[in-house]
Amino acid sequence: MSSQEVLIEAHGLTKKFDDFTAVDHIDFKVYKGECVGFLGPNGAGKTTTVRMMYCFLPPTSGELKLAGLSVNKQCREIKSIVGVAPQEENLDPDFTVTKNLTVYARYFDIPKDEALKRANEQLKFFQLEEKREVPIAALSTGMKRRLIFARALLNQPQILLLDEPTTGLDPQARHLAWDEVRNLKKKQVTIILTTHYMDEAAVLCDRILIMDRGKIIEEGKPAELVRKHIGEEVLEVDYDEKLLPTLKEAFPDARFERLGDRMQIFTDKPHGVFEGFLKEHSMQNVTIRTANLEDVFLKLTGRGLREE
Amino acid sequence: MTSTNIRRSPARFSIPKLTYRVWKVWHRNFDVFMKTIKVNFLPSLLEPILYLLAFGYGLGGFIQNIGGQPYINFIAPALVAIAVMNGAFFECTFGSFVRMYYQKTFDAIVATPVSVEEVVAGELLWGATRATINATIVLIVIAVFGLIASPLFLLVPLIAFFGGLMFASIAMCFTALAPDIDFFNYPSFLFVTPMLFLSGTFFPLTSLPSAAQATAMGVLPLTHIVNIARGVVAGHTEAILGLNPQMLLPISIAWIVLVTIFFFIVSINLMKKRLTG
Repeated sequence: MSSQEVLIEAHGLTKKFDDFTAVDHIDFKVYKGECVGFLGPNGAGKTTTVRMMYCFLPPTSGELKLAGLSVNKQCREIKSIVGVAPQEENLDPDFTVTKNLTVYARYFDIPKDEALKRANEQLKFFQLEEKREVPIAALSTGMKRRLIFARALLNQPQILLLDEPTTGLDPQARHLAWDEVRNLKKKQVTIILTTHYMDEAAVLCDRILIMDRGKIIEEGKPAELVRKHIGEEVLEVDYDEKLLPTLKEAFPDARFERLGDRMQIFTDKPHGVFEGFLKEHSMQNVTIRTANLEDVFLKLTGRGLREE
Repeated sequence: MTSTNIRRSPARFSIPKLTYRVWKVWHRNFDVFMKTIKVNFLPSLLEPILYLLAFGYGLGGFIQNIGGQPYINFIAPALVAIAVMNGAFFECTFGSFVRMYYQKTFDAIVATPVSVEEVVAGELLWGATRATINATIVLIVIAVFGLIASPLFLLVPLIAFFGGLMFASIAMCFTALAPDIDFFNYPSFLFVTPMLFLSGTFFPLTSLPSAAQATAMGVLPLTHIVNIARGVVAGHTEAILGLNPQMLLPISIAWIVLVTIFFFIVSINLMKKRLTG
């Protein structure tokens, strides 16, 4: 980060629904121009956190400020500088594609001509120009997601909240969305992204916050998290009890995880450590791969996995 | 457990803070209405014509004059009042519920500088507008049938707007509490339909015992719109509970104003609670 201006700040942020605590005393900071990914299994509290950021849900307790504005008092000001692409499709089915954008722009007091100009720009970028006069019901899932993304940019937000922006998109549309995120990062737009796609988070996010059961359980840069929790390489073999002692002897410091009928061995030793081992022992169905964010995610939040 | 930073729920009951943005929500609904204007006009045009033909001419032939006027003249102002009720009530129950629950339109709007209160208030003003449009169409129909006796009929759109706002606000309370869309069968059959017949619409309230008259005046909002509509369209009112017309009209206006203010505030609060938890 070139600048260290804090743009989003949470202290003891909590949201309860009756007796269920969706977000449990979390603290975090997001700096200007940063893209921060919120990762976590379903029900971890990501969407609830995002919803509190644009005043959709009031916090039960704690502080949450965006650009120095408090979500408890200055919702109107916050919402005018924030762009929101919600997880749920909530385009206006009573209008065409263009009208969806111009009516939405009207809520921001954007004058009619300017609204149409911005709408056309967005439709062009998101390759929806041919769908201009089409009703929402005639759009594919991917087109709807793109239109929601486009709609979130109409007010030229300083802060962009993307709640699972690429769920249901085909690879082409996904890369289009990624390109736009990179574009916006260049323009110093601060981006909050929730996603279930670890590759997406690894590629786009400067920093990752992993949530589970309403708490932030880890945070850091994607590559650092991988190095810290997993290491460099992962060896995957078919699970075989007879093999276990040999492997444990060869890699006394490694972490072993069984995943169905496969076994993964994680080590923080540098590259090539598994290769040497494999030259001496012949095994079938062996894979050596680079450790990734998904390994981190599963290690920190995974259930059904067992340490051997 | 730290108690220092636990605030009271921000969704507590309050007088809604509204800005000009209410009209942006209204405008959204207006745009949709204009898009489908032909479909919107047809029922509100056909319904009063059918009522006038069936009840006014058909049934009216067997009925003696009411208060010195033919039966068709008696029911004509009531048709205006019914249009007010139906227009606002159905717009802010089924219409608002579909926008809120199925289309998630409110969710989309509250991500912009428009507040939840303003979304609901915009819906209420739109409900009142629908009532005004419907009542005006009925007014034109009864004018064509030659059933207008007072120049005060020009006040009908105004009355329709405020009467519509009352019904919209009441309807929105049901919407705030509705678990699903089928729930609206209850207020439709237990509230709207009885009112359709028991508010001095198709027969004079004065023919009922005074307890029934008092009930209609006390708890049936439609009675008051019928009273006022009859006053401005037919040029006279019934002597409900023995009140003379000079007394009845101010009472009905005051009743509508108080009930509208009450339900306007309550419905916005209930909706806010539903939408923000």
